[in-house]
Amino acid sequence: YHGDSVARLGTQPDSASSTYQENYEQMKALVSQLHERAQYVRLGGSEKARARHTSRGKLLPRDRIDNLIDPGSPFLEFSQFAGYQLYGDEEVPAGGIITGIGRVSGVECMIVANDATVKGGTYYPVTVKKHVRAQEIALQNRLPCIYLVDSGGANLPRQADTFPDRDHFGRIFYNQAIMSSKNITQIAVVMGSCTAGGAYVPAMADENIIVQKQGTIFLAGPPLVKAATGEEVSAEDLGGADLHCRKSGVTDHYALDDHHALHLTRKVVRSLNYQKKMDVTIEPSEEPLFPADELYGIVGANLKRSFDVREVIARIVDGSRFNEFKALYGDTLVTGFARIFGYPVGIIGNNGVLFSESAKKGAHFVQLCCQRNIPLLFLQNITGFMVGRDYEAEGIAKDGAKMVAAVACAKVPKITVIIGGSYGAGNYGMCGRAYSPRFLYMWPNARISVMGGEQAATVLATVARDQKAREGKQFSSAEEAALKEPIIKRFEEEGNPYYSSARLWDDGIIDPVDTRLVLGLSLSAALNAPIQRTDFGIFRM
Amino acid sequence: TTPGGSITKVLIANRGEIACRVIRTAKKMGVQSVAVYSEADRNSMHVDMADEAYSIGPAPSQQSYLAMEKIIQVAKSSAAQAIHPGYGFLSENMEFAELCKQEGIIFIGPPSSAIRDMGIKSTSKSIMAAAGVPVVEGYHGKDQSDQCLREHAGKIGYPVMIKAVRGGGGKGMRIVRSEREFQEQLESARREAKKSFNDDAMLIEKFVDTPRHVEVQVFGDHHGNAVYLFERDCSVQRRHQKIIEEAPAPGINPEVRRKLGEAAVRAAKAVKYVGAGTVEFIMDSRHNFYFMEMNTRLQVEHPVTEMITGTDLVEWQLRIAAGEKIPLSQEEIPLQGHAFEARIYAEDPDNNFMPGAGPLVHLSTPSADMSTRIETGVRQGDEVSVHYDPMIAKLVVWASDRQSALSKLRYCLHQYNIVGLRSNVDFLLRLSGHPEFEAGNVHTDFIPQHHKDLLPSHSTIAKESVCQAALGLILKEKEMTSAFKLHTQDQFSPFSFSSGRRLNISYTRNMTLRSGKSDIVIAVTYNRDGSYDMQIDNKSFRVLGDLSSEDGCTYLKSSINGVARKSKFILLDNTVHLFSMEGSIEVGIPVPKYLSPVSAEGAQGGTIAPMTGTIEKVFVKAGDRVKAGDSLMVMIAMKMEHTIKAPKDGRIKKVFFSEGAQANRHAPLVEFEEEESDK
Repeated sequence: YHGDSVARLGTQPDSASSTYQENYEQMKALVSQLHERAQYVRLGGSEKARARHTSRGKLLPRDRIDNLIDPGSPFLEFSQFAGYQLYGDEEVPAGGIITGIGRVSGVECMIVANDATVKGGTYYPVTVKKHVRAQEIALQNRLPCIYLVDSGGANLPRQADTFPDRDHFGRIFYNQAIMSSKNITQIAVVMGSCTAGGAYVPAMADENIIVQKQGTIFLAGPPLVKAATGEEVSAEDLGGADLHCRKSGVTDHYALDDHHALHLTRKVVRSLNYQKKMDVTIEPSEEPLFPADELYGIVGANLKRSFDVREVIARIVDGSRFNEFKALYGDTLVTGFARIFGYPVGIIGNNGVLFSESAKKGAHFVQLCCQRNIPLLFLQNITGFMVGRDYEAEGIAKDGAKMVAAVACAKVPKITVIIGGSYGAGNYGMCGRAYSPRFLYMWPNARISVMGGEQAATVLATVARDQKAREGKQFSSAEEAALKEPIIKRFEEEGNPYYSSARLWDDGIIDPVDTRLVLGLSLSAALNAPIQRTDFGIFRM
Repeated sequence: TTPGGSITKVLIANRGEIACRVIRTAKKMGVQSVAVYSEADRNSMHVDMADEAYSIGPAPSQQSYLAMEKIIQVAKSSAAQAIHPGYGFLSENMEFAELCKQEGIIFIGPPSSAIRDMGIKSTSKSIMAAAGVPVVEGYHGKDQSDQCLREHAGKIGYPVMIKAVRGGGGKGMRIVRSEREFQEQLESARREAKKSFNDDAMLIEKFVDTPRHVEVQVFGDHHGNAVYLFERDCSVQRRHQKIIEEAPAPGINPEVRRKLGEAAVRAAKAVKYVGAGTVEFIMDSRHNFYFMEMNTRLQVEHPVTEMITGTDLVEWQLRIAAGEKIPLSQEEIPLQGHAFEARIYAEDPDNNFMPGAGPLVHLSTPSADMSTRIETGVRQGDEVSVHYDPMIAKLVVWASDRQSALSKLRYCLHQYNIVGLRSNVDFLLRLSGHPEFEAGNVHTDFIPQHHKDLLPSHSTIAKESVCQAALGLILKEKEMTSAFKLHTQDQFSPFSFSSGRRLNISYTRNMTLRSGKSDIVIAVTYNRDGSYDMQIDNKSFRVLGDLSSEDGCTYLKSSINGVARKSKFILLDNTVHLFSMEGSIEVGIPVPKYLSPVSAEGAQGGTIAPMTGTIEKVFVKAGDRVKAGDSLMVMIAMKMEHTIKAPKDGRIKKVFFSEGAQANRHAPLVEFEEEESDK
């Protein structure tokens, strides 16, 4: 009778306790800061630039996206903080480009929208990186791409960091060609200028749309044409909608304005005859039993404070139901099966430092998920693998390697959320950026670095002391403090999620309360691609 | 002339609600009913209700409901002993009554002589005067020359009324306030009379200003008896047609009531009246009354009399036609309580009550009971045809006193919801809610006098109403998304929730809705808890709600800043309709340029046909220079004349129709030259 029942996970927190309250306040403050900063980024360019943009009858990029996706449907935006404090005084909100996944006519699509109010929509290095990352997500998850183009092309003063390398500007068009060859639809909507290299975005698209009197496509703009041949020609005559729809055939659909263009885009998507076929079973979705904001009080902002990752899981998964695997073995790693918005997911969460058993358990669990086509979710809060003579002797290096290898090879969709610390080899075993998770998000309290600032400072202080000792000198505590302080400070700054997000080391900073939603959206998107069989390499036994 | 034997089968030579009404009583009495129908009415309600039904020809009534021979033929072949003519059509046609008699079929109505005598106004007046019934001064002579008529009009003194001698129902009738406009009005009245009655003889009458229209229901039988069933007040009219009627007439004392009744009985007896008839009087402010005319048929508004007397007048008609005596004596006829009838029409009160036509895409009515009657001949999905009267229904209510009856009327009107065509329901609500109406201060100029209250020129829509419409649209959109996801394997993806969720920022959506001619922008912010913050012109509303389905209707439950409301929600043709006890709301959804293939701006360069009809007269030709307000054309549509006037000064570029041509609704009629000022 109770055959299919599962004991509910999670406990009622003592919300009156001072720890809970302190945690709650600290996390709440971080979330408020996140919202404030996001609110600023959302605006895009300067007020003047925005006013100029809209006065020409053009929609702002976020409004374009809102009008493109199914009305009132959610939008999974990536890397809002790309370029955040990255170029000194130069502000490049959202990296000058907005990327994300939204449903268009019922089809989950990757949307890439230039923000012409930010430096004329020109590509900074981070803009290129964000564009290419969006394409990578689209490729991995087989999502049709829609490019809302309104860009002046590469940012000339920074051409060295945008043009020559493998993952620079050219990669955008390379990706378009490769995705098109894999039957991942490429749609371009020309809503502004597409000059020089930019011209290839619509030109390499499967189907495209251009807005009359706004969109232009040419390899060289009027000033360059004049300089080169002396020919005087207006932008519209050189590469406007009429020319390209009637004469050159560079564009397919002629739109009267932005709204019309987006309407046409929706029709193009509808005519893709696309059907999402999933390789997983679906069960009715159910809300967790506990309010999500309790995560604030449970986790807090103090990374030194430990918490049971099961309490986090209980606030993320359907009905707070969790089928734990090997609960009594290697208990610093929690593994088990659950569902999020009806999608199956295998969860790996940290409950402390990794030991050999934990690592072996993790590797085993990854194998199970790969065998069963179950997407993997990593909840990272890891200081690293256990150190010390006993552990080295036990072979923790090869056991850790097993887990790292398993995670690296796993072909099922992997999603990582850094909910606390992410340090050292723990980052590898728990599917850090280098292990190509389909999506990687950070909570605002998270920190990422090769080791903790304190530890790094201590290591360096020890090295310095040893050196002094070899030279027969004293190493005063004041000297030690003077050495350690900037190191701690630097680690703190560089381990910060905004520092990470600005450089696209992740796909975005999220409010812990939104974790369930973000994971649901990410899983939904990831399941557009068929799940491939995993071939594991050699596990050192 | 006294027919014998009972009637076991009756043919109803009519359509719509009155045909249904007669069939209902026939069924009750165990009398078989035979319906006739035109091609346009093939699927209509009266055809479904009747025991038998016969097609009698194409849509135009001349070839169907007015085709006497065909109807007689059906009566014979179906072996109906009697024909009930209803009202309109052949009900007051002397020849038809004659024909029935010749063919041995009982015509349920008075003898043809009474129809003739009462149908010619001049004759009827002299008969009445002779019988001691008070009449109004007028010219009823044979000399129909323009000059003679004008002279008499001058003699009687303006304002005067020009009326078709054979007229009725406001057709061929014009009020002339000065000699200057006499000629134009006379010609117009003649044209209409010619069209309607094939007779353009006119009479002139003193026009009694702000009179009341009070009429008395009478019955006569073949045995020389006549009774009255009290009076009805039908003063409130538009286009000289009744719109709301009540019985008894408000503010009339028993003494006047008795005098009215007795005068009416005298009138009936003077013409040896048999069956149901109505004697119409005009009544001045001091309750003096004058005979106007006698309608020799069952009136549209007969149900109010039935309600206060507890009678079934159709049953009386059938029994009297079969030779029976009047069922009740004068003393036995009770007068209980008060009844109202509101006529629900397909028409546009904001456009001079222009009659309309079209599909009843949505129709829901209050539920009928002992004191609430819905007399109708149409159902949801039916069409109000351009060929016939645009009345959709009569809503009849009864209560123990006038005030209670009026409350009930308004309550029921709120539940009478029509979408698909313009109706006068909202107008009726304003009318029945007007304090002067409530006070019983009714007269025939009621609508023009209270025009401002009854037809507010630009009622600004409440922001709360806009919020409701916006909420309804968002919820509808959500429903559609949900329906869509049922077709997919992927049913629980959060992408398919219309949550409007964004990461770290909120989602605000600008919606534009249209009320009348002005656009309203609503900034809708989606909240996490499923509610919405709506902002209109710096005013904020917290809005939440849901849609539910009851009896095939969609209801919108909304809470706006804590005030809960429930209204019927209908979305049709880019318009949101909301019906609630607070009234009805109509909000448009502007259609983007790229979705409207035909430019609606076409109307600006010229004039368009207000409805489908025939071009009767064309006054201008290409190249003519006209001033704004000049008459360009006369169109006949829905049995009414419409003068098409120049919208602006200018030169005519092209006239698209010639006289006699048929123009479709919204067809351009005249094109103006483009002028510098237009550019």
